[in-house]
Amino acid sequence: MTVRGLSFHYGDRIIFRNVDLDIPRGKVTAIMGPSGTGKTTLLRLIGGQIRPNAGRIEVDGACVHELGRKELYQLRKRMSMLFQSGALFTDLTVFENVAFPLREHTRLPENLIRTLVLMKLEAVGLRGARDLMPSELSGGMARRAALARAIALDPMMIMYDEPFSGQDPITMGVLIKLIRTLNDALGLTSVIVSHDVKETASIADYIYLISDGSVADHGPPQALERSNSAWVEQFLHALPDGPMSFHYPAPSYVQDLSLTEESSRD
Amino acid sequence: MGNLKKLELAVGIFVALGLAAFFMLAMKVSNIAELGEDKGYKITARFENIGGLKVRAPVTLGGVRIGRVVGIDLDTRSYEAVVTLSIEPKYNQLPTDSSASILTSGVLGEQYVGLEPGGMDEYLKNGGSLKLTQSALVLEKLIGRMVTNAVSGDKPPAKTP
Amino acid sequence: MIDGLQRLGRSTLGWLNRLGRATLFLLRLLGALATLAQRPSLIVKQLYSVGVLSLPIIAMSGLFVGMVLGLQGYANLVDFGATSSLGTVVALSLVRELGPVLAALLYAARAGSAITAEIGLMKATEQLAAMQMMAVDPFARVFAPRFVAGFIAMPLLAGIFTAIGILGGYFVAVRQLGVDSGAFWSQMQAAVGLVDDVINGVVIKSLAFGWVANWIAVFEGYDAIPTSEGISLATTRTVVNTALVVLALDFVLTAIFFGV
Repeated sequence: MTVRGLSFHYGDRIIFRNVDLDIPRGKVTAIMGPSGTGKTTLLRLIGGQIRPNAGRIEVDGACVHELGRKELYQLRKRMSMLFQSGALFTDLTVFENVAFPLREHTRLPENLIRTLVLMKLEAVGLRGARDLMPSELSGGMARRAALARAIALDPMMIMYDEPFSGQDPITMGVLIKLIRTLNDALGLTSVIVSHDVKETASIADYIYLISDGSVADHGPPQALERSNSAWVEQFLHALPDGPMSFHYPAPSYVQDLSLTEESSRD
Repeated sequence: MGNLKKLELAVGIFVALGLAAFFMLAMKVSNIAELGEDKGYKITARFENIGGLKVRAPVTLGGVRIGRVVGIDLDTRSYEAVVTLSIEPKYNQLPTDSSASILTSGVLGEQYVGLEPGGMDEYLKNGGSLKLTQSALVLEKLIGRMVTNAVSGDKPPAKTP
Repeated sequence: MIDGLQRLGRSTLGWLNRLGRATLFLLRLLGALATLAQRPSLIVKQLYSVGVLSLPIIAMSGLFVGMVLGLQGYANLVDFGATSSLGTVVALSLVRELGPVLAALLYAARAGSAITAEIGLMKATEQLAAMQMMAVDPFARVFAPRFVAGFIAMPLLAGIFTAIGILGGYFVAVRQLGVDSGAFWSQMQAAVGLVDDVINGVVIKSLAFGWVANWIAVFEGYDAIPTSEGISLATTRTVVNTALVVLALDFVLTAIFFGV
C-alpha cells in the first residue's frame, strides 16, 4: 500500500501535511506518534471511510477514494480492521461475531462456517469462549475475539488501531505474539497504529513516526534507535522532557509568582 | 436456534393480536353492517327549516329505522331545504302522501327524520318526494313564542267600573 | 436585539440543516429496503423488540384510558340522562384521537428511545464503523430493519390500544356503572363509521405516526454524538421531537378528516 502527498484537515486543524508512506506486503509496519496526531484518522483514510483533501492512497494498486461504493466494498472485504475497543457486536455471541463476515459475504453451508469459526477462534485461543457474550469478556479477550473476526475472511491486510493500549502485561504479551504469528503464518500485511513503543517496536519490521502532521522519521526499529533526532530519542525512550516540552506554554514563572506576592501585600 | 423459534412465535402472536384488534374494531365497533347500504331508493322532502339535521341521520317510521339522510341542499329559488333520504329497498310500501317531520331524540340527542304513513294506495319510488313536511322546532323561536305569550297574558283585562 | 435575531437565524439554519440531514438519511434508508427484503428475519427480530415488548405498556395504558373515559363520560352524561351514548363517546374518542396519539407517544417513550439508545451505543462503541469496514451496509443491516419493524408495529399497537380501551370502557360503563349493554354497543355501532372513523382515525393516523416516530428514533441514534452524554441527549430528543411532531401531525390530520 502506498500513500503519497496525503493532506487532510478537519475544520481548521491540519491533521496531515503532505505525508508519504510505503507499506510493504507481508510485513508488519508500525505507525507511531504521540496521542492526538490523528493515527486513527489515518486508518480511516486508508479504509476509505473519509476522503483526503489532497494526495493519493493506493491499496493493492487501487486508489481508495476514487472507488465507487461497490468496488470499495469489495476492497474492504480484503482489508480488516481491529478497533481499539474490539467493536464486537454486543447482541451476538463470540461465535456469531466471528461468523458474521462469513454469513454476510459468503453462502457457505452452516457446518463449513462452524469449522472455519472454530479454526479462527483456536488461532486466537478462544475456542472455549465461543458461547460467551461480549459483555462477559475481559478487554483482552474481547480484542482477541475481534481479531478472530478480523481474520474470518482471510484478508490480505489487517489494520490494528491501538491494540495494546490499556492492557495488562500478560494480555499484551499474548496480543504481541498473536499479531506477529498471524502475520507470518497467514502472509498478511499488518499495519499497527500505536503509541506503545516497546511492544510495537518488538514486532515491527518498519516504523513510521508521525508528529505534527508529517513523518518525523522512519526506518527499521534498530535504525531509529540510533537516530540523531532529539525528538525521536525522546519518543522512543519515553523521556519526560525534550523537544516535546514538559511545560505547557505559560508566562515566566518568576513573573507569575511575584505578581501574586505583590497583590497579597496590598 | 430454539431462541429464534420462540421469538418468531411471539412476533406471530403479536401480529395476530393486532389484526384481531382491528377485526374487533371493524365488526363490533363500527357500522360495517351498513356499508353496503346504498342500494336504497332515494326520495326527497322539502323543509322550511331543518334545524340541526345532518347527513347520515336516521330516517324512521313508527320508531323503526328504515333509512338515512344522504343529502341536504338548498333550493335557491324557493329558499327551501331539500333533504334527500335513502330508504332501504325492503321498505318499498310508503304511501305517496306520507309526511316527514324533523324530530329530536331525547334532550341532547341528534335530530332525525320521522315519517308518518299516509293512506294512498300508490307507493313512493326512486326519485319521488314527500309533500307533507314539518320543519324542525327551533328552540329559540319556541322560547320567543313562550315569552310573548307570557307577556301578553300578564296584562290584566281592563275592568269597567 | 441584533444578537437575539442572529441567534434565531443561526438556530433556524441549524434546524434546517438537521432536517436536510434527516431527509437524506431517510432516502438512504429507503434505498436499503431492497437489500433488506432478502433478509426478512432481521425484521422479525426487531418486531419482537419494538412490538412484542411494547405490548404490556400499550395494553395496560389502553385499559386505563378506556376505563377513565368510561368514568368521565358517565359523569358528564348522567346529568343529561344521556348515558346511553356512553359507548359512542368512549369509542369515538379512542378511535379518532386517543388511540393513535397516545399509542404513538407511549411507543416513542418505550420503543423509540430504546432504538435511539441502541443505535447510538453501537455508534459509540465503533460497532457501526466495524460493520462498514467489513463491507456490510449498516443501513440495510441495522437501520432499515428497525424502521420497517416499527412501521409495522405502530398501527398494530394503536389498534390494540384502541380495542382494549373500548373494552375497558365497556367494563366500567356496563359492569360498574350500570349502563345498558345493548345501548352501549348499538349506539356505538351507529355512530362509528368504518371508513370515516376507524380507517381515517386509527389506521391512517397510526401509519403516519409510525413513519414519523421510527424515522426520528433511527435518525437520532445515527446522528448521536458518540459519548454517553451524546446518547442521553439523543434519546431525550427522540421522545421530545416525536411527541411534538405527532401532536402537530395529529392536528393536521384531524383537520383534514374530522374537520367540519
